[in-house]
Amino acid sequence: MIRVIFLCLFLLGPSLANAEGPALKKASFIPQWSPQAQFAGYYVAYEKGIYKKNGIDLTILQGGPNRPSSQCLINGGADFATLWLSTAIRMHASGQDIINIGQMIQRSALMLVAKKSSNIKTPQDINGKKVSLWGEDFQIQPKAFFRRYNLKVKIIPQSFSVNLFLRGGVDVASAMWYNEYHTIMNSGLNPDELTPFFFHEHGLNFPEDGIYTLEKTFKKDPALVCAFVKSSIEGWLYAFSHPEEALDIVLKYISQAKIPANRTHQKWMLDRMKDLISPTDYRSSIGMLQPLDYQRVDYELKENDLVKRTPNYYSFFIRCDKDAEK
Amino acid sequence: MLKNRGIAFKLIFFFTLSSGLIFLLIFSFNYRFSRRMIEKNVEDNARNLVLSKVNRIETVLLSVKKVPENMACFLENSSYHKEGLLLLLRTVVEKNPEIYGAAIAFEPYGFNKKSLYFAPYFFKSDGSVEFADLSKESYQYSHMDWYQIPKELNRPDWSEPYYDEGGGNILMATYSVPFYKKVGGKKQFMGIVTADINLGSLQEVVSSIKVLQTGYGFLISKNGTIVTHPMKELIMNETLFGVAEARGDARLREIGRKMIRGESGFIPFRAIVSNKECWMYYTPIPSNGWSLAVLFPQDEFTADIVRLNRIVIILGIVGVSLLSIAVAFIARSITNPLREMARVTKTIATGNLDIELPVVKSGDEVGKLSTAFQYMKESLKEYIQQLTETTASKERIESELKIAHDIQMSILPKIFPPFPKRQEFDIYAVIEPAREVGGDFYDFFFTDDEHFCFVIGDVSGKGIPASLFMAVTKTLIKATALKGILPGEILTEVNRELSQGNDSCMFATIFCGILNTETGEVFYANGGHNLPFIFRRDKEVAVLEGKSGLVVGAMEDVAYETDQFTFQTGDALYMYTDGVTEAMNEQGELFSEQRLKKQIIELQGKSFQEIIEGIMKGTVSFSHGVPQSDDITLMTIQFRGRGQ
Repeated sequence: MIRVIFLCLFLLGPSLANAEGPALKKASFIPQWSPQAQFAGYYVAYEKGIYKKNGIDLTILQGGPNRPSSQCLINGGADFATLWLSTAIRMHASGQDIINIGQMIQRSALMLVAKKSSNIKTPQDINGKKVSLWGEDFQIQPKAFFRRYNLKVKIIPQSFSVNLFLRGGVDVASAMWYNEYHTIMNSGLNPDELTPFFFHEHGLNFPEDGIYTLEKTFKKDPALVCAFVKSSIEGWLYAFSHPEEALDIVLKYISQAKIPANRTHQKWMLDRMKDLISPTDYRSSIGMLQPLDYQRVDYELKENDLVKRTPNYYSFFIRCDKDAEK
Repeated sequence: MLKNRGIAFKLIFFFTLSSGLIFLLIFSFNYRFSRRMIEKNVEDNARNLVLSKVNRIETVLLSVKKVPENMACFLENSSYHKEGLLLLLRTVVEKNPEIYGAAIAFEPYGFNKKSLYFAPYFFKSDGSVEFADLSKESYQYSHMDWYQIPKELNRPDWSEPYYDEGGGNILMATYSVPFYKKVGGKKQFMGIVTADINLGSLQEVVSSIKVLQTGYGFLISKNGTIVTHPMKELIMNETLFGVAEARGDARLREIGRKMIRGESGFIPFRAIVSNKECWMYYTPIPSNGWSLAVLFPQDEFTADIVRLNRIVIILGIVGVSLLSIAVAFIARSITNPLREMARVTKTIATGNLDIELPVVKSGDEVGKLSTAFQYMKESLKEYIQQLTETTASKERIESELKIAHDIQMSILPKIFPPFPKRQEFDIYAVIEPAREVGGDFYDFFFTDDEHFCFVIGDVSGKGIPASLFMAVTKTLIKATALKGILPGEILTEVNRELSQGNDSCMFATIFCGILNTETGEVFYANGGHNLPFIFRRDKEVAVLEGKSGLVVGAMEDVAYETDQFTFQTGDALYMYTDGVTEAMNEQGELFSEQRLKKQIIELQGKSFQEIIEGIMKGTVSFSHGVPQSDDITLMTIQFRGRGQ
């Protein structure tokens, strides 16, 4: 933990030196994972000076497996963070005063994937098979899925790679549509050899990445919070309309983080982010948390006994997107 | 279009075309064959090269594999304690230069019921062997690929390549072997023994592959991840499928799938580095299913043959050009004299036979043709000269014959009626010689006031001899008849005269009659002539009866007898020569006496002139298209009597 804060401070250093004039308000942001196109909008907004334009002197901290964004947010290491909706509801239920200020990913990217060669073509075919799942929040939808289709499966813990699945160690694996699914394809499996199960196609849509802040941060300076959300959405829109430029920016961050960079993979990810962030119907807009989606996640969390009392939708979601779109 | 071109053009055109085609055919066959041969060689070389590299890699992998396998065997069959295991691990890492690190990882609570994890790990660092404990809870080794995959598959497995987590830039791969414990006859999974290999040495094996100038080798893992490649940025960052996606190259993706499926092949491939067309040989590394490929740039291994082919093409073009020149030369040696001869022939055709023919010294067909032309020209010249002379003499003869004709005709009485004052009889005659001059003749004259002599004759043969003989005969008859003797005596006397010294054995047939114009009595004699028809008033036509003597002039001392008959008033005598009755038509039929008689009957009632001309027309139309072969003479005499 100490190391996390130290790193946060260390990264803040250079931006402090560059700060200009009193007009800009300082703020920091941490994505929930290492740099990749999943967070292209924030990097693009920063690089294109959108945050500055909206009066924010922002510092983007490097997220990753060793530096959970939730921790950074709670301990004040970052003013803003991205989190999964299910993670955030559980945090809120456990007493953390975090609020959702922009629900970016509207559709579930989490999916299950199987090889057709294992004779899995329908959900029923999964019965009795070995399924690898990631931890905690990543298990809510798969478990609801298994209940829905009345499936008995052998669950195997899944690491960060899909090699266990590729080698045939499990029949079904978890995957993010924008990430592992493409990794599987780029390990030589053709889409027509795979059976994907998208949770949003099975009535289990969970919105994923959202922007969160502490309630007190919002109360202290609502304008800053909404300016951050507005700038982030603008950054995303810019990234979608300038994908190559956005990829250049993302790849720069990836190589700075000394992580293997793969442009085609990032391109796939950016394209999928566009699909996932774009509003699903006319009632919605970018950054909007649909009450129905919220209720669904809330219900499944209670079903899994992961939470007992859940926050009220209106106290949990602050709708900055209305202002941001103007 | 082509057919109107000259021989030289055609020869050059077809020779160049056909020899060019033959050359191209041979060239392309040669090119394809030699190329295939080289490709075959390249394939053999590629296979040998790749297999030798694969063997080197395989040797290293096999030596690494043995270590965890032996350790797993030891763990399954021996009892052990913590210190012993640590010592074993440390020794293994120390003693095996290929091994970078080794670990023994137990199932949760597998080593010790009290602790979740137990996983000692020794690894090399800066020349010494270090210890690391993998059993930190945050690491959760039981969820790691190197642990999970062999556990779930129940067999040893090579991991995908990865960068060492210690931060050293060392590319590694781990060989994990599961080990078990027999519990109640059942195998129970106990944990994993691993050995890490530093892939640096394997990378060197592959990156040392240099083929020609730009050929290279690359290694991909089971997932298609690029492990070694001349383009450093691809290593560990890209899979072959990612490269295929970036380049939109579906074929590359298919090749990658074949490679990770463990197939071998020799295929055309576009190099990722140079974008050159290459041949690629790929084959799997048996131990871990990775695939090694070596690229042979096509343009480089075919450089020699391309250069050779370029030379061959140049030689071919030069050869065909030289051939064309030679053909042109030969063609000119043929066509030049021919052209000259054509020009001269045109002049000859206008009649100039004195022009000189071109001199051709060669003895070939053109030379022979030229000689033949020379001969032809001279023959023509001679012939034309002869023809000119012949024509001149023929013209002369023709003009003489014309004169002779005129003379002959002039000695025959031509004016009708000849004696307009004598009403007792009427006479009419026509003669139509077959040639300019003929042997037929007729004559009539008064020997005294009462006696009228008439003669018709036909000399043997035709033309000038006959006409001369006829003139003599006619003159003789007239001279003899004027003596006032009977026709038989006349003929006898004329025969005597003619037959004397008749070396040419010519003769004449003669009918001679003398009419007493007072009485109508006719004395007549016949020397071998056709007897005339007599037309009586009672409308009967008959051949005049009488003795037919020998032809006149053939034999000496022949006596001819005189016969006699008397004309009734209106009777007529029709005399003719054999030119009438022997006139022939196209079918070879003769006009004949029957037809003559029929004509005489049909034409009665008309004037004498019309009758005679009608008979003439009858013969002409009968023998239509057939040239007249003999002289035709017709003469008729009618007695009218004193009272008329």
